[in-house]
Amino acid sequence: MPQRTMEPGDLRRILAESAGVSQGVDLDGDIFDAEFPELGYDSIAVMEMATRITSEYGVAIDDDELWEAKTPRHLLDLVNRS
Amino acid sequence: MSTRSVVTGIGVAAPNGLGTETYWARTRAGVSGIGPVANFDAGGYSSRLAGEVPGFEAEEYLPSRLLPQTDRMTRLALVAAEQALADARVLPSDDEALNRGVVTASSAGGFEFGQRELERFFGKGPEFMGAYMSFAWFYAVNTGQISIRNGLKGPGGVLVSDQAGGLDAIAQARRQLRRGSSLMVCGGVDGSICPWGWVARQTSGRFSTDDDPATAYLPFDSRAAGHVPAEGGAILVLEDAEAARRRGAPQIYGEIAGYAATFDPRPGSGRGPALRRALEGALADAGTAAEEIDVVFADASGTPELDLVEAEAIRAVFGDRPVPVTAPKTMLGRMDAGAASLDVAAALLAIRDGVIPPTINVRCSDRYPIDLVTGAPRPAPLRSALVVARGHGGFNSAVIVRGAATDTTTPPNARR
Repeated sequence: MPQRTMEPGDLRRILAESAGVSQGVDLDGDIFDAEFPELGYDSIAVMEMATRITSEYGVAIDDDELWEAKTPRHLLDLVNRS
Repeated sequence: MSTRSVVTGIGVAAPNGLGTETYWARTRAGVSGIGPVANFDAGGYSSRLAGEVPGFEAEEYLPSRLLPQTDRMTRLALVAAEQALADARVLPSDDEALNRGVVTASSAGGFEFGQRELERFFGKGPEFMGAYMSFAWFYAVNTGQISIRNGLKGPGGVLVSDQAGGLDAIAQARRQLRRGSSLMVCGGVDGSICPWGWVARQTSGRFSTDDDPATAYLPFDSRAAGHVPAEGGAILVLEDAEAARRRGAPQIYGEIAGYAATFDPRPGSGRGPALRRALEGALADAGTAAEEIDVVFADASGTPELDLVEAEAIRAVFGDRPVPVTAPKTMLGRMDAGAASLDVAAALLAIRDGVIPPTINVRCSDRYPIDLVTGAPRPAPLRSALVVARGHGGFNSAVIVRGAATDTTTPPNARR
């Protein structure tokens, strides 16, 4: 288990800090079931998010599992059960 | 088919001004951009001055998505590239995308970005190093980012030859036009004003240790003792002349008429420096006699033995005819791979306006047999300029720039 639970608001912040915000996307909106490409994030952006999560939460995210995480909700679940 | 390569757009990021016309107005007026290092605390280092682009807030120019993945010098390059494309009124085109490419020069890639990530790598462990490190600190990063952002899907490349790279990249772009591309975005914007960039390059022994911006970088002066490092450069839009005419380019600044590069002999070989051959080669490539050159933009090392090599090469090529020589980089410092691209931009603007920008702060020593334009700008009708650049380790490059006014095949309405 991570040292602390990652809340949805934490993930919104990490998305913005690690990979920026695409034009026309509101990260404070209903984003959790949108797939990453719809939010303007490519695979390297998702990897950058994972690095940031590792730094802040002390959880290592398995690469194969990371590729399976298609949406912010998947990523949140992955972190909180790691 | 025409194989002439003309410059139709210019974008500039310089320590004395961001944007071509701001830079040029200040350069004509001799305004320096050199000051105490602002980007990091250089108090503990032996060199404490730099030329830094003032007041650059990347978020005012670039989308949020690009910020976490770019070094400062890449952000400056992206802004200069967009300025150059806007200046040339180049619009994105799916039909033309594969005929339009990018060639930039770089000396060290995104060094500040690299330092930050390597601190995480060595300080905490590999899993803490970010994914954007995979490209953000590499030499080719500016070419890639400019290409992606502007839909330029033709030939790409990067030249790494220190300060000579600013000319080598333009020459490589010219080769791509001759091979059939219609438009190339080219040049260099460079800089590594950060602790790692500092310690890595102080070892050259060529950084000035003077704390006074007015005396720290004095090429061709008896007081010369090294140079001030800087960030910035210029990005140019280079087009096949016929393609530029067909699409109705709003202006033609001039032609990249000649180029040559040489490499110095191994130290101890007993053979002399190869700079003179680069100057002669560029003249030959342009089909231009030395008498037709109206101004020389010098490399202006600031290291006495290298200044002497350059002055003697100029003297050897131009003979007793006193061609005016200038070094506007005395206002800026030396910006690695960005410097010579900016000198090409300055040469084109000097030709456009009929004025040679000054070399500031310098009193030319009798040791150097050249006519250095010091103190004030010198009005003069200009048609052709020679730009000289040298890179650490023996690179010599030279470019001949010819003004659009001597271009008899360009319709008058395309001139400026």
